[in-house]
Amino acid sequence: MARQMTGAKMIVQALKDQGVDTIFGYPGGAVLPIYDEIFLQNDIRHVLVRHEQAALHAAEGYARSTGKPGVALVTSGPGATNAVTGLTDALLDSIPLVVLSGQVPTFMIGTDGFQEADTVGITRPCTKHNWLVKETDDLPRLLHQAFHVATSGRPGPVLLDIPKDVQFATGTYIAPPKKTEYRYQPQLKGDLEEITEVIAALETAKRPVFYTGGGVINSGPAASQLLRELVEATGAPITSTLMGLGAYPASGDKWLGMLGMHGLYEANMAMHDCDLMICVGARFDDRITGRTDAFSPKSKKVHIDIDPSSINKVIHVDYPIIGDVAHVLEDMLKVWKARGRKMDREGLAKWWQKIDGWKQVKCLTYKNSDKIIKPQYALERLEALTKGMDRYITTEVGQHQMWAAQFLHFEEPHRWMTSGGLGTMGYGFPASVGVQQAHPEALVINVAGEASWLMNMQEMGTAMQYRLPVKQFILNNERLGMVRQWQQLLHGERYSSSWSESLPDFVKLAEAFGAKGIQCSDPADLDDAIMEMINYDGPVIFDCLVEKHENCFPMIPSGKAHNEMLLGDASTEGAIQSDGAVLV
Amino acid sequence: MNALHIKKGATSHSAYNLRPTYGDAVEQHTLAVLVDNEAGVLARVIGLFSGRGYNIESLTVAEVDHTGKRSRITIVTRGTPLVIEQIKAQLGRIIPVHQVNDLTVEGPSVERELALIKVSGGGDKRVEALRLADIFRAKVVDSTLESFVFELTGAPDKIDAFAELMRPLGLSEIARTGVAALSRGES
Repeated sequence: MARQMTGAKMIVQALKDQGVDTIFGYPGGAVLPIYDEIFLQNDIRHVLVRHEQAALHAAEGYARSTGKPGVALVTSGPGATNAVTGLTDALLDSIPLVVLSGQVPTFMIGTDGFQEADTVGITRPCTKHNWLVKETDDLPRLLHQAFHVATSGRPGPVLLDIPKDVQFATGTYIAPPKKTEYRYQPQLKGDLEEITEVIAALETAKRPVFYTGGGVINSGPAASQLLRELVEATGAPITSTLMGLGAYPASGDKWLGMLGMHGLYEANMAMHDCDLMICVGARFDDRITGRTDAFSPKSKKVHIDIDPSSINKVIHVDYPIIGDVAHVLEDMLKVWKARGRKMDREGLAKWWQKIDGWKQVKCLTYKNSDKIIKPQYALERLEALTKGMDRYITTEVGQHQMWAAQFLHFEEPHRWMTSGGLGTMGYGFPASVGVQQAHPEALVINVAGEASWLMNMQEMGTAMQYRLPVKQFILNNERLGMVRQWQQLLHGERYSSSWSESLPDFVKLAEAFGAKGIQCSDPADLDDAIMEMINYDGPVIFDCLVEKHENCFPMIPSGKAHNEMLLGDASTEGAIQSDGAVLV
Repeated sequence: MNALHIKKGATSHSAYNLRPTYGDAVEQHTLAVLVDNEAGVLARVIGLFSGRGYNIESLTVAEVDHTGKRSRITIVTRGTPLVIEQIKAQLGRIIPVHQVNDLTVEGPSVERELALIKVSGGGDKRVEALRLADIFRAKVVDSTLESFVFELTGAPDKIDAFAELMRPLGLSEIARTGVAALSRGES
């Protein structure tokens, strides 16, 4: 069905045809024709953010909590440059985004026009792909292709840069082609021979462990289901990266908790001592591996990933399998069942005994206080009081993020939104806006530190305007806690620029926006205050005054291996040497 | 063919590479990358190398299929086997890339480079330059009473050798195309 229409109208039409119901954006001169078309229809809701970076993070929150691509619309020049952080964040965490940016008209490109920037040049390294659309007739094809590229294979952000004259001109619209018509078709099925070899290794493994990541969640609900089935059937322990939390339920009895730099002792020890590591949709990030030459020295390693470049990038693996997690897990289960559901049950029982020993260390133990709220306690109470609710959690970046990952438990995928790869302070608040927009009835909580939260605090305006009852649970230690912790451990307790002075009165700040502010400093009041936050029908800023000098443990210090974890303040003396200090 | 569709045993891919990938020795490889000739595609390839800290020893690019709008980029790069495999996988990830071939490991191949070499001077040196050019089968494409421009085609080390010989004879300027390479035999 070919129809004549303007480029601006094509954009709205293509979004509708791609099933988009919500976009996050900020208008400006170079996108006015598109905003005109948005004004003239009711199918697509536009959420006006207060800063373009927030539009991208909101779209990420929307995408991570729904499994659908997030869409953002920004103007040329500063609109596009403000989008760069969100694009990079989405690239590193493999989040499907379609970002539309306005551009000066084609005849002005290269003249340093008002609000002109080389947007495709600037965003080339931080998108999965991008296009400058020079002809209106190319626009529908590229719009549809953008959705295909963003969502196929390893998902990621794409950007279309659309000059204003292309938006005004008329061309022929085409409906979305079938997905199979595109040349870009990443391999979904894993190699069966290789899968059979993996199953043979699994059958005889004495100390297997599943190490899963965000790829399981990106692969869709079937992947999480198949993972659960495989783990239950084989009885092998499972740990996950920060990005993969929720794929396997935290209440499952095979669950070891998160691994990595601030992961659980039992998870990291299992990784170090295993004889078969099955990496599913994770990428051996440096937060996970610690010192690579001492990483899991005794194991054969399986790596299932849809992105060939992830394989052998950091850690050499013995069984590489390129394919979509759900497809590969399905075949693994089939092959394992067909070969007689064999496992070394005796070996496995011994392995679990060893793991249970590590669990006895109780690595998340902290010294509680009845005088001051410990951040861990605040999160334990938040978990206890919201458990079982229709709950979505976003976070900012820092100590609070790690504590949230340790103390909050996720039973389902898509419930946990955090900036893992890029570690973007300021991610959580706008992400919570995007999540709430996608799930209007759900309880959406952003676990934040006061420093991160201030980076995108302008989004209070968005939350109020769209009546998005997001709860901003700020663990306020008046410090850049993670920076302060590293300065304490690595830089001779010289706390250079790591404390926040002149913090706002968060309760008054909330009230200034017309929202509710709650402050809590006494552990005895905490439960009531959290319930007040949950029960309030509207955005809340919860200023939780916590212990200022709490450190986040356990911790693998930089340059150390998994079995050299620090378990508490007593173990930190001289733990990190100068060669570790140069690492981030 | 889809660049990401990987056959087992294919060397254009890190995962199923049959060579051990953990050696420490730095190797030189010639990669042929078939791409859609669209705006910015060369910038994507070059940006990948600079952004991830890989080396480019030589790079040539031209459209080789005018109807299908495909260009062939020939890149000579250096790195450990692990790095080379990573480069190939990263190249394969670029959306307009159709195919990545490692000519160094995928069987015998021919590599050629063209150079234009200006030698200025007179007297005996001028005669000697002409004599050496003849040995190297370099063609004279421009001549004045005080200079020659030689055209020389060959493997890069042949051009290096010729340039070295010309240096004492008055080499004043050199332009090289970079390596173009093809696998030998059918297809």
